[in-house]
Amino acid sequence: MTELPQVFWLFSIGAILLLITGFYCLIMTYNLVRALIGLEILTKSVTLFIILAGYVTERMALAQALAITLIIIEVVVIAVAVGIVLCVYKNIKSIDGRLLRNIKG
Amino acid sequence: MTTDMAINIILGVALVLAAAWTVMTARLLRSVIGLALTSMILTIIMFKLNSPLAAVFELSVCAGLISAIFISCISLTQRLTDEQAAAKQKERFSSFWLLPVILVLAGVALYQVHIPLDFHLQAAPSESDVRNIIWNLRHLDLIGQIVILLAGAFGVVALFKD
Repeated sequence: MTELPQVFWLFSIGAILLLITGFYCLIMTYNLVRALIGLEILTKSVTLFIILAGYVTERMALAQALAITLIIIEVVVIAVAVGIVLCVYKNIKSIDGRLLRNIKG
Repeated sequence: MTTDMAINIILGVALVLAAAWTVMTARLLRSVIGLALTSMILTIIMFKLNSPLAAVFELSVCAGLISAIFISCISLTQRLTDEQAAAKQKERFSSFWLLPVILVLAGVALYQVHIPLDFHLQAAPSESDVRNIIWNLRHLDLIGQIVILLAGAFGVVALFKD
């Protein structure tokens, strides 16, 4: 195997393992802040995939533009989600997602 | 194995270890530090993959701003006592002991798989300047980013108004 496929495959394995870690965190945790941390890990995995795709197809500029867009969307989503978590904490004095089950319609 | 490849392997392993530590540690503050560490390792990987601009964004926004947002959120919530933290650690161990096993098995299985990869470009190479891509070719993305930023800002304001 030459250098390029080796690098691609190595970091792809890393990105897939990050994806597994993020999904595992989202599935197993009830803490809302920790769920957001799991979401962050998932987006990091996607960012790495985008950069890898640009690297192997020699379209680094396009990949970087997409990665920057993804990072900006990520930070806005996290800011709003943290605001929602704080509002939940203000109302029920907990950030445990299980306590939100009684607001189901 | 070349030195460069050895560094790549170390970076890949460190990335996964940092993410696993982020998820498994009991204290939220340590989790956030782990997340920042993951971002920093990802930044180094991006630099190595010839993406300096995206790497700088990742470092400043993900390792800096998002960590600051999370730390502010944690400081506004109640701190765990040492007994609660010890109980949480046990609870986390019982829920998360499977994660390292899954990661090791998945890593070994993926390393054994040899998918024939063909990276020959089918089309002509595109624009190579990031600034030109962002400002000229994909300016709709830019408008979308501005709209999302404004939506986020108004969302936060709406959430915190009395």
